[in-house]
Amino acid sequence: MAYSEKVIDHYQNPRNVGSFGASNEVKERKDIGVGIVGAPECGDVMQLQIKVGEDGVIEDAKFKCFGCGSAIASSSLATEWIKGKSVDEALKIKNTRIVEELSLPPVKIHCSVLAEDSIRTAIEDYKRKNGKLDEAEVGHAH
Amino acid sequence: MNLPIYMDNASTTRTDPRVVEAMLPYFTEIYGNSASRNHAFGWAAEAGVDRAREQAASLIGAGPKEIVWTSGSTESNNLAIKGAAQMYAKAPVGEKGRGHIITCIIEHKAVLDPCKRLERDGFDVTYLEPGSNGIVTADLVRAAMRDDTILVTIMWANNEIGTINDIRSIGAVCREHGAVFHTDATQWVGKMPTDVERDNVDLMSWSSHKIYGPGGVGALYVRRRRPRVRLQAQLDGGGHERGMRSGTLNVPGIVGFGAACEICENEMESEGERLLALRLKMENELKGLMDVVEVNGHAEQRLPHLTNISFGFVEGESLMMGIKDIACSSGSACTSASLEPSYVLKGLGLGDELAHSSLRLSLGRWSTEEEVDFAIKSIHEAVEHLRVLSPLYDLHNEGIDITKIVWQSH
Repeated sequence: MAYSEKVIDHYQNPRNVGSFGASNEVKERKDIGVGIVGAPECGDVMQLQIKVGEDGVIEDAKFKCFGCGSAIASSSLATEWIKGKSVDEALKIKNTRIVEELSLPPVKIHCSVLAEDSIRTAIEDYKRKNGKLDEAEVGHAH
Repeated sequence: MNLPIYMDNASTTRTDPRVVEAMLPYFTEIYGNSASRNHAFGWAAEAGVDRAREQAASLIGAGPKEIVWTSGSTESNNLAIKGAAQMYAKAPVGEKGRGHIITCIIEHKAVLDPCKRLERDGFDVTYLEPGSNGIVTADLVRAAMRDDTILVTIMWANNEIGTINDIRSIGAVCREHGAVFHTDATQWVGKMPTDVERDNVDLMSWSSHKIYGPGGVGALYVRRRRPRVRLQAQLDGGGHERGMRSGTLNVPGIVGFGAACEICENEMESEGERLLALRLKMENELKGLMDVVEVNGHAEQRLPHLTNISFGFVEGESLMMGIKDIACSSGSACTSASLEPSYVLKGLGLGDELAHSSLRLSLGRWSTEEEVDFAIKSIHEAVEHLRVLSPLYDLHNEGIDITKIVWQSH
């Protein structure tokens, strides 16, 4: 399968790789939201961590990804897009925009869905830690 | 050294230039139909086919009359499995209980799918599970034998992991029980010494393009004596190949296949040693450079030229993207429409995450040490790059067992 140049670029030079600390440390921090989606047996696991300021703006984002090139590129792109956005703006990012930006073929659409899910899950985690989660919103996308 | 490097010889091989040389006259000079018995063009073509039949038979310790030409291993397997089942069926078409067949869950699809079709046609099929080392033993086959077992089909060497089954002793068990024994030897013949008499084989499939011959040609060995094995033809027509496979012969292809068989017979021993040394170097160095690197399947009972390695916490397709100068294949099925990883690796009981993390590298006649060194370096760099990205590698380093986590599966 031929990859688009943008996928190859994100694969070779992934943006914002990393985390804000070990998994048990970030669990305790209220300014950080963590989203881990996918499963090893499906061949994709995405981990997105967001660091949110007092004003509700995502100051920084870090990702790690076990998955194919398209999955890596989708999560790398997601970190670029959500940085500087408020959590509510970030929730509006749809997987279809990722598909367009990276020219993903149909068989790789699930990678973009996973990236959208990781954003939503990370924001939910942040909101839950800060008592801002409206439980009715959870899982609305699916 | 030219890039990219070819390490996918279990998939197909480069046609040997000596083979091409042997074939060329049969396109433009000796172009008769080998079935034309009444003129010199036909006789010359038939002579070429007869020579190839001797070359193919010699490679496997058979007689030339025991070779049936086909279009490749898929057709050979279909003819052997369906042809034998239909010939030795215990009940008429349309009834249940037509007979029992034994095969294995990690066979090639070209064996499994004909077996599945026969199940729909009233045959009963047992699918053996080889266990984590991938080896099918005679004991496994013996335990599955029944009074109504008519056919056993077990591959000689596995195409994905290179493990070698105990064919000679499986053949002996089949002989004791009076069941016909077929083996798909596509990955074995031409690479390893084969003798259908010593090894108790009744039917055997192999293919030209896996042994440096042209594509589109294969053979089925059909035992003629002690005991004589009969088959129901699957292609009806002019009655070629003693009625077992109708269709005008592909004379240039068959001549090339014969030449490829002869070269393999002459060079097998030295080539096998050379490739074994290269493969062991590759496996040992990769294991020495990184942690959680596993060679899949039995450690010793395997083909010299093929390895299947899992690099933990790294997904196979992204790994292939990182080694774009190496042509190989992966057990990850991320490229296919389903998200299922290799059924062969899963059949060994390998966790799905390790199945997704595997590469199959298969060396061949033109593989060099320089290429192997390049591959080791490229794979090492790509795995390191991807492990920096891998959330699973972090969890592993924090001492967390990822198989114990409840994932939010998609």
